[in-house]
Amino acid sequence: MSFRATALSFAYGLRDATFELPSSGFVAIAGPNGAGKSTLLGILAGLRHPYLGECQYRGVEIRRWRRRDFARQIAFLPQSMKLEFPFTAEQVVFMGRAPYADGWFESQADHDAVVRAMTTTDTTAFAGRDFRSLSGGEKQRVILASALAQEPETLLLDEPTTFLDLKHQLAMYKLLSTLAKKMLIVAVTHDLNLALRFSDQVMVMENGRIAAQGPPAEALAPNVIDRVFGVHAELRDGWLVYDA
Amino acid sequence: MTRGVWISLAVLIAVAVAAPLIGSSHIDLRRALAGASPDHEILFYARLPRVLLALLAGAALSLTGVLFQCLLRDPLAEPYTLGISSGGSVGAVIGICFGLPFIGLLSLAGAGTALLIVLSIAFEGRRLSSFTLLLAGVTMNSISLAIVLFLHNLASFSQSFAISRWLMGGLDAVEYSTLAWLAAGVIPVCLLVVARPRQWNLLAVGEEWASSRGLSTTAYTVLGYIAGSFLTGIVTSLTGPIGFVGLIVPHALRLKLGADHRMLMPCSFLLGAAFLAVCDTLSRTVIAPTEIPVGVVTALAGGPFFIWLLRSKRRSLWL
Repeated sequence: MSFRATALSFAYGLRDATFELPSSGFVAIAGPNGAGKSTLLGILAGLRHPYLGECQYRGVEIRRWRRRDFARQIAFLPQSMKLEFPFTAEQVVFMGRAPYADGWFESQADHDAVVRAMTTTDTTAFAGRDFRSLSGGEKQRVILASALAQEPETLLLDEPTTFLDLKHQLAMYKLLSTLAKKMLIVAVTHDLNLALRFSDQVMVMENGRIAAQGPPAEALAPNVIDRVFGVHAELRDGWLVYDA
Repeated sequence: MTRGVWISLAVLIAVAVAAPLIGSSHIDLRRALAGASPDHEILFYARLPRVLLALLAGAALSLTGVLFQCLLRDPLAEPYTLGISSGGSVGAVIGICFGLPFIGLLSLAGAGTALLIVLSIAFEGRRLSSFTLLLAGVTMNSISLAIVLFLHNLASFSQSFAISRWLMGGLDAVEYSTLAWLAAGVIPVCLLVVARPRQWNLLAVGEEWASSRGLSTTAYTVLGYIAGSFLTGIVTSLTGPIGFVGLIVPHALRLKLGADHRMLMPCSFLLGAAFLAVCDTLSRTVIAPTEIPVGVVTALAGGPFFIWLLRSKRRSLWL
């Protein structure tokens, strides 16, 4: 087990959430706008505090983790990243090594981790380019590489495919589901079909509460979608089809 | 990777050696070293202290420029953005108007007050909001300017001249004891900043980005603002606000070296020193015996160069 939350609440957006997450696999968090998905993800990432109730990672309350140790366990991917300065893609990936860094220069372990992360995300080709000159899809992969360079046990992603086209959305989810064999992936998503197809577990949120949690086919059953999203949905050939 | 630092160091040494030897009147180095008058006095009591002041001020201002641009994530930030030096100007102008002694110390007190005010405005609980800090700084600048204009309006003719001179900023020969105090303040704080490049790299991207990579963001943000404000306050208490150094040196170097603070910070420190010393040498010599205020030179020498950089091939990626 990785995260265990009991009666977890936040000043806004989250009320009385109680749940457990496994230590590996792909967990998708779905729900309407304002349901508390990003707030929950932010708490898990150690970025939103103070929270009420309990939220433990590996048996230790999140607020008690030393930040540097926590960053070696958990990596967080924002929806997008706006850079003001001319960092190269490779420098952005190297920043993922910050939780391990001491001294002025990178170690061999840093180099190896960065090479692995950039190979996994297929970003080696533009390592030397200015991050700001990359396309949306390339940027997202570089940010993912930076997170993987942290060599985390858990990867938290806030709507990782918002700025990606169809092909890159599918590629991103395929990559995440491969990574989920060895680590825990928690991704907030608006695309219920991608969640249905690629995730191992879905958590549906509504008004700051957890409305359903379980295998994708159960948590995203048409009656749940009808109740939570107010949209009539049907399952056809394994895909959700909505009434417009 | 360290080549840029070595080149910067070489440029700095060359400038530091050459600048005191250049001036409106010719001096003979051998006679100066032997203690012969007036060469000795010109070299050691007129030029050298002034060049040393320029070096320290240039280093501190351009390093602070890098630091504030990074912390505010605003390429247009400069050492004066937070209103620290405006607060310093208010202190100095009050001193001039009321005929008080120790104008430099009053300026320092004004700068410290300004820092306390903008920081207390920008703290939201235990978190420091960079956005609020930026706005507080802009407001501090406006209020300070208004106070300065008000006092200027009441001042006598000779006070008015002194106020104008102060606001223009400039380098004068100062006592070696003053230089020693300045160096004792500037150099350790600069080293403190330059020694933390990874932390600034993370903060240059964003606070969440830094925080999720294990950094105590509030601690480093506050450390950075206080260090930069200290440098700005202590330098401008001796020189008045000299513009443009903190903007142009960091940007020129970022174009050449990229954004990695491991390179950018030491090079800005070294070349910022060299840049201001060169500008000061120009201000002493171009229309000698009349001096051009060094702030005019930094803007006139730096401005066109800055525009050329803006128009160069990487312009689309820059701002």
